[in-house]
Amino acid sequence: MLWQLLLFVWMSLVIVAGFLYAPLAEKLYEMTRIIYFHIPMAWVAVLAFLVSTVFSIRYLMTRSWGDDVRAAISAQLGLLFAVLATASGAIFAKAMWGAFWNWDPRETSIFLLLLIYGAYLTLRSAVEGEDKRARLAAVYNIIAFVTVPFLVFIVPRLYFSLHPGPLLNAQGRLEMHPRMLQVFLASLAGFTVLYFWIFDLSWKVARLKRKQEEAS
Amino acid sequence: MPWLEGVLAVFLKDWRSEFRTRYALNAALLFAVTTLVVVSFAIGAFGISGDLLAAFLWVIILFSSMAGLGQVFIKEVESRTFTALRLVARPSEVWAGKFFFNLVLLLGLEVIIIPLFFILLNPRVGDWSGFLAVLILGSVGLAGATTLIAAIIAQAKGKGALLAGLSYPILIPLLAAATSGTRHLFHGDGGAGQEIQILAAYAVVVIAAAFLLFEFVWSE
Repeated sequence: MLWQLLLFVWMSLVIVAGFLYAPLAEKLYEMTRIIYFHIPMAWVAVLAFLVSTVFSIRYLMTRSWGDDVRAAISAQLGLLFAVLATASGAIFAKAMWGAFWNWDPRETSIFLLLLIYGAYLTLRSAVEGEDKRARLAAVYNIIAFVTVPFLVFIVPRLYFSLHPGPLLNAQGRLEMHPRMLQVFLASLAGFTVLYFWIFDLSWKVARLKRKQEEAS
Repeated sequence: MPWLEGVLAVFLKDWRSEFRTRYALNAALLFAVTTLVVVSFAIGAFGISGDLLAAFLWVIILFSSMAGLGQVFIKEVESRTFTALRLVARPSEVWAGKFFFNLVLLLGLEVIIIPLFFILLNPRVGDWSGFLAVLILGSVGLAGATTLIAAIIAQAKGKGALLAGLSYPILIPLLAAATSGTRHLFHGDGGAGQEIQILAAYAVVVIAAAFLLFEFVWSE
């Protein structure tokens, strides 16, 4: 219980610090604040999808029920954070560039991830039989994961980007005010712990449900 | 039985059963031709830029392939030969045989719709070898990804709708590369060299991954 409370205080401090402590970035004005929420959410989404794929690969090796369930849990969480990141990004895009959506390379990539994991969860609901569902879903997860990197090469040929540059630029130099960096890293850590906490909770619930079914 | 013979046996079996009914080919061809005519009719007498023509071409190919390429595995389930095939052939033979069948089906479809596309919509192409490379490499990647997804959805409920829903997310990088390459060729500005590389890499990666993963889809 202690560390959940700690996480609550931590995240509250991040929110307050994002608005009061961190200075504004050049050219971004008040929209700077999105850095502390949007990027960590996108990061957690990618992390969750990665975890999901790792568990899918593990499932095909171990064939253990738990690996499949954890792959599904992580995919659901990833989808949730990806939707939040997409929505917050779209609001930022409206404020910054005047349109909610313009197929920016990063918008395209996150949209593709939404499609893939939406399809993954749809497939899970369309297959009867626990083992078969686990097998087919794991295969789909892996093949989808393999094709995503190709977007990195092709999308810049199609659309040019307005998205603010990555945190680390080509020279490997951070272009962030130290205070901004503090809040940003604190938020990144907070969101990551939040993800693992929800993941662990869902995994516990799944195990309890299973136990209950076996008992009845 | 050596591996190649097994692959050939699966391919010929599908070939023969397809030509008894011609279901997959007819469905895909009918879809492709009607879509092509509808597009051409909707454009009417107005000229249309190479940008849009390239997009149309690949959308037509993608949608027609969804109408036909799923049949290879769906028909095994519908005619209840799934288990029998599982007993007589190794998974890699089944996958390779079905993949080649789908590839031949797709290329056969393109032999008919590409000339029709050029007759009806009249795009200009300077570099024919580049165009053929984009078309063939795109088809190889498309057939590779779709064959694996077809094996997955054959074992699920709501097969028809699911094939497109599961395939498109995986095919978007391919579609993007193929469209971009075709657009450059229709425009005549620069070549499609980079896109051809991406399409080749995509085909290799998808086929290798499908080859490794198919066993898990096929065997209990």
